[in-house]
Amino acid sequence: MNKWIDESMTLTNFSIILLWAIVMLIIVLGFVTYAIYFERKVIGYMQFRIGPNRVGPFGLLQSVADVLKLLIKEDTIPKHADRQLFVLAPIITYVPAFTIIAIIPFTDQLFNADLNIGLLFYVALSSISTIGIILAGWASNNKYALIGSMRSAAQMISYEIPLVISVIGIIMLSGSLNLKIIVESQSGGFWNWYFLPQILAFVVFIIAGISELNRTPFDLPEAESELVAGYHVEYSGFRFAFFMLSEYVYVFVLASLTTILFLGGWHSPFPLLDFIPGILWFILKFSLVVFVLFWVRATLPRVRVDQLMSLGWKVLLPLALINIFITALYSYMIS
Amino acid sequence: MLRTEEVLLNVGPQHPSTHGVFRIIVKIDGEVIREATPVMGYLHRGTEKLAEDLSYTQIIPYTDRMDYVSAMTNNYVLVHTVEKMMQLEIPERAEFLRLIVMELQRVASHLLWWGTYLLDIGAMSPFLFAFRDREIILNLFNELCGARLTYNYMRVGGVKWDAPEGWIDKVREYIPYMRKKLDEYNNLVSGNEIFLARIRGVGKYNAKSAISYGLSGANLRCTGVNWDIRKNQPYCIYDRFEFDVPLRSNGDCLDRYFIRFEEIRQSLRILEQAIEQFPHKGDTMAKVPRVIRPPEGEAYGRIESPRGEIGCYIISKGKQEPFRLKFRRPSFINLQILPELLVGETMTNLVTILGGIDIVVGEVDA
Repeated sequence: MNKWIDESMTLTNFSIILLWAIVMLIIVLGFVTYAIYFERKVIGYMQFRIGPNRVGPFGLLQSVADVLKLLIKEDTIPKHADRQLFVLAPIITYVPAFTIIAIIPFTDQLFNADLNIGLLFYVALSSISTIGIILAGWASNNKYALIGSMRSAAQMISYEIPLVISVIGIIMLSGSLNLKIIVESQSGGFWNWYFLPQILAFVVFIIAGISELNRTPFDLPEAESELVAGYHVEYSGFRFAFFMLSEYVYVFVLASLTTILFLGGWHSPFPLLDFIPGILWFILKFSLVVFVLFWVRATLPRVRVDQLMSLGWKVLLPLALINIFITALYSYMIS
Repeated sequence: MLRTEEVLLNVGPQHPSTHGVFRIIVKIDGEVIREATPVMGYLHRGTEKLAEDLSYTQIIPYTDRMDYVSAMTNNYVLVHTVEKMMQLEIPERAEFLRLIVMELQRVASHLLWWGTYLLDIGAMSPFLFAFRDREIILNLFNELCGARLTYNYMRVGGVKWDAPEGWIDKVREYIPYMRKKLDEYNNLVSGNEIFLARIRGVGKYNAKSAISYGLSGANLRCTGVNWDIRKNQPYCIYDRFEFDVPLRSNGDCLDRYFIRFEEIRQSLRILEQAIEQFPHKGDTMAKVPRVIRPPEGEAYGRIESPRGEIGCYIISKGKQEPFRLKFRRPSFINLQILPELLVGETMTNLVTILGGIDIVVGEVDA
């Protein structure tokens, strides 16, 4: 794909890129559909339920039915809402989520854009989604939504910084911001993967990452039992679907990034197993991370806003800084 | 120019965490509550007034619908007070059946509280675990009296149905099962750092204010006041069994949580002993006249419901219907401390505190 992007823009080029974008969109939508199905099944079994099993074989079409339902619902905009912002907010939340997928290298051949600042690109774009959430809360003209969006803003500030600082250790070890090079520097067995030397960063990254996803135990902006639905309380139909969609696209992104940064991307855990294609390893590790995210959701209660702040500033940030220090010391000793 | 202002926020009546149709108007400054006004009465059905036109047997189903997650204890407080007025002797087997269903009900009620409280705090799984175990009790009740929620099981002078064959054995099997599950839940929830951080020190009050607000049940015992009517003024046959009253002294949501959790264990202990001593034969109804006419006078009966002291005050003029009937409803009285607790807390703690009080709106509004 990089070849097409690097070339000058012609009509053929443009149509190929457009077509590929549509294919990616379908892949992501397919992922979201079955991630929701998978989540409901996993949590269902953890709670001694069966989960969806009515629509289609084994309930496989349940999510499709849900999305269809959302699409044919009436699109309501509250009378006193700020119309333009209300319409804009789901788009601003969704577009960055989808754009981030451009930088993810699935294997050494299969990737979209080979950006040299890949990691920075992710950090920059993922913060934009929060603006969409704040806009949604403000434009809805609803007090619950406003509280939810304010929480989201406060939450973003406290997790974004540890998240960024936690990956600096990896940049120091691999010497690059390019995600492909980061993966390549982890080749040759699982003992080279960064989750071992960077265990502190790994923990901080996962916690801050879940916080970024607004998922349990950090789902404060939409805390159901307190704020009903938080920032999207006034949204219905496909606009609501967009918020849902961006949440699951971020699951996709976070799971991919964790795989790339810490779990060796497409590399096999033992050099012996190299004959198995890299994409399978990627999918396997990716699914494992997604499963852990769902598992956490089924297990933990929600933290309080002030506790999230103190966790972010007093625990995660110092840990991430210590990690940088240790990594620097280690690199210095080696060289 | 930048300025902030307080916002008036309606929490409820349609809000997922008000446990029914209960409403609190809060004035919030950011997330901090400055003032809270509870509004109740959305579920008011005038039970006490309706009772004045009904015979005593006809009132029993109405008590089911007050505290609908603990209908057995509500049944009992009414029949207990009427029996007290009529000075009836209750057959042994009926007393045992009443005690067993009341303790099963306490377990069921606390399980429901446990699940929904964890749901309020944001954990989803415990809710389903609790309902799975509560389901077994509801099935037992179903087998006993044909209803799962509003039983209409007790009568003045005894109980309506005798235990079917094998029922007692099923209760006996349930006790070790539930004990095992309780240990599991303890591991899953009670040691969870997030959960403890959420409820420790939240909604704190001392024994003095608890007593002056008239709190009872776990809401009172969390402040260190040793008051359980089952122990202090035994009714039914509670004086025959050994059990402890869990006590804690900090008066916060954490203590209320652990007291209720421990009460389930104690109820299982009572059940175990009651099943051992359960008489194999005997009547389940005392000899009572077909039409119940308590002698002229008044009486107050009180028992320990899962939510606290539930009382029933009856004035009789010697007629078939009570002249005046009044229920002391623990949910309603425990709720009175809420506005005081909420000031200065955040929106998140509103849910934690309200859940910790353990109200049933059917009982608050009666």
